[in-house]
Amino acid sequence: MRFLFKTDYEDDIKLFPHSGYIVSYGLLLALLAIAPFVLSSYLVSQLVFVCIYATVGVGLMILTGFTGQASLGHAAFLAIGAYTAAFLQQFNVPFPVYFLAGGLLTGAVGALVGFPALRLQGIYLVIATISFAFIVEEVLARWESVTHGNEGMRVKTLSLFGQAVPQNGPAFYFLCLGVLILTIVGTLNLLRSPTGRAFVAIRDSETAARSMGVNVSLYKVKSFAISAAITGFAGVLFAHKLSFISPEMFTLQLSIEFIIVILIGGTFSLHGAVLGAIFLVMIDPFLTYLKDDLPGIIAGIAAAFGAGQATAANIQSNVAAVASANGLKGAIYGVIIVLFVLFEPLGLYGRWLKIKLFFQLFPLYKRATFKRQKIYVKSERNR
Amino acid sequence: MLDFVQQLVSGIALGCVYGLIALGFVLVYKATEVVNFAQGDLMMLGGFFAFTFIGMLGLNYWLGFAGAIIAMAAFGMLAERVVVRPILGYPQFSIIMATIGLGYFLRSVVGMIWGTDDFKIDTPFSQGVLRIGSLVLAHDKLSVIAATIILCALLYLFFNRTTLGTAMRASSENMLAAYYMGIPVKRVVSIVWAISAAVATAAGVLLAPITFIHSNVGLVLGLKAFPAAVLGGFGSIPGAVVGGVLIGVIESMAGFYLPQGWKDVAPYIVLLVVLLLKPEGLFGIHTRKKV
Repeated sequence: MRFLFKTDYEDDIKLFPHSGYIVSYGLLLALLAIAPFVLSSYLVSQLVFVCIYATVGVGLMILTGFTGQASLGHAAFLAIGAYTAAFLQQFNVPFPVYFLAGGLLTGAVGALVGFPALRLQGIYLVIATISFAFIVEEVLARWESVTHGNEGMRVKTLSLFGQAVPQNGPAFYFLCLGVLILTIVGTLNLLRSPTGRAFVAIRDSETAARSMGVNVSLYKVKSFAISAAITGFAGVLFAHKLSFISPEMFTLQLSIEFIIVILIGGTFSLHGAVLGAIFLVMIDPFLTYLKDDLPGIIAGIAAAFGAGQATAANIQSNVAAVASANGLKGAIYGVIIVLFVLFEPLGLYGRWLKIKLFFQLFPLYKRATFKRQKIYVKSERNR
Repeated sequence: MLDFVQQLVSGIALGCVYGLIALGFVLVYKATEVVNFAQGDLMMLGGFFAFTFIGMLGLNYWLGFAGAIIAMAAFGMLAERVVVRPILGYPQFSIIMATIGLGYFLRSVVGMIWGTDDFKIDTPFSQGVLRIGSLVLAHDKLSVIAATIILCALLYLFFNRTTLGTAMRASSENMLAAYYMGIPVKRVVSIVWAISAAVATAAGVLLAPITFIHSNVGLVLGLKAFPAAVLGGFGSIPGAVVGGVLIGVIESMAGFYLPQGWKDVAPYIVLLVVLLLKPEGLFGIHTRKKV
């Protein structure tokens, strides 16, 4: 186990605490840089979605993970970013301008949502953000002069400095990756600044933060605005990736997916946003793979255990029928969410930390290190 | 004027359904501080149970209704035992996510078993109408209103007159204190879930003649029941029903008098306004945290 000897504050807030970080992240960056030239175009396209979802996840993480304000309305922020891009693009506005405009406008809307949210806690905030998302969805469907209503809007191919950047090419992948990395670095810097520490203080105890002199209202609004702005930037990329947007894409379902991203990744670290995004985006190809291959595999196992040919074929067709049933994906989503909440509340990154600690401490690891405290008396109703 | 009364009655009937779902939220929230995002899906599942008993097995309507309620009460207990009890006492957000997951699961399993079509249950109230002068009121809507009143009266008596009801109120005040006083809190919570699933089933069966049953009906109506619960103050049983009726009437009026599109957002606009002006709702009690 490595012990870090910190002599001053600068040591404590370093982005890379020791050289191992630089090596491993450098390696990761190199792998990501060669990915589009090695992987199939389908997988690269999924990687772009990972980048976009992870960007949204980082935005949501600032709000939910670090400021403790739950939101089930981030699909609306994504929609505002996407529609701003699609709308401005009609007037031949260059990409950098509408990219910034999308993020800033969404940030402004986020701040506006933040003000009413100041008085709300827990469940009320969740319900209020759901309502906000519904209202935005309805506005998008009805404000036909700007959004073309339910017909949706076509988004032209992105062009950057006179060069076309098709949404399936490697250049677009690098653009999304760059945005993600910038977002992560920016957020890490934010979190080690006074603003970030104020966010965490508000999450841990609002009353304590207030008595330490943190302006709770101001920082909550800031958190909403920053989170929304990041989601807006992701929205611009999302619009380009899909090249067509319509109101029914930005439903509550999508907001729940974003929450799943940070919940499955682990709501206490930015690693969680990326891991969760990888999980959520890659589950689709994985399920398709299972649907195609699982029946054969199970039948093979059955045959190996001495089932006859007819029985094996029977099993294969039964499993295939279940695997191709409509809505199986929803059931699997549901089960995954429940299992993570019940058994792995710290998410994938929490699991990684546990495994790492297990090997670092080798015979001395104890489970209780990560045990959650149950609180029966501290009612969330009275605060 | 006649149109107005007609809209009012259908709004109240729809609102009673919202109220019944909101009642389920409130019961569970009062007892355990858990907000059950799967409440609408429990209603949907109850409707499908009733459809199976009445439409597929050909049972008598009342028998099928009772069967569905009993089956769903058992299912409510099961859901509480498997999903909610292990995480009771953890932050509210994880419980919200767990119930969202449960809702996902129920929707898609129901879709796989019964299919994604619309289903209709034949009820004794499906056809008839009541005429008062030139006013025409459908029986199905009146039955919803009557059933809501009866259910509310029963629940009121249960919570205020029986020992079990008192135990429930005690454990909702302070779970730990109730446990020290000898109340079997776990069993109480599990009964609360059974009651709330049963109320949801009643809502689902009563709703069946008005809107058909399909696997997504719970999501749509469950989300409309949130404004109802918030409007009434999230912890108040009469508040839930009053809030539901208000939301139903507002929605129905908005659909009739305002341009298209307002009908669907009106409840949420009302909700946001209520949250801004009076976050504790109409019947809620405002409390402050003591440090």
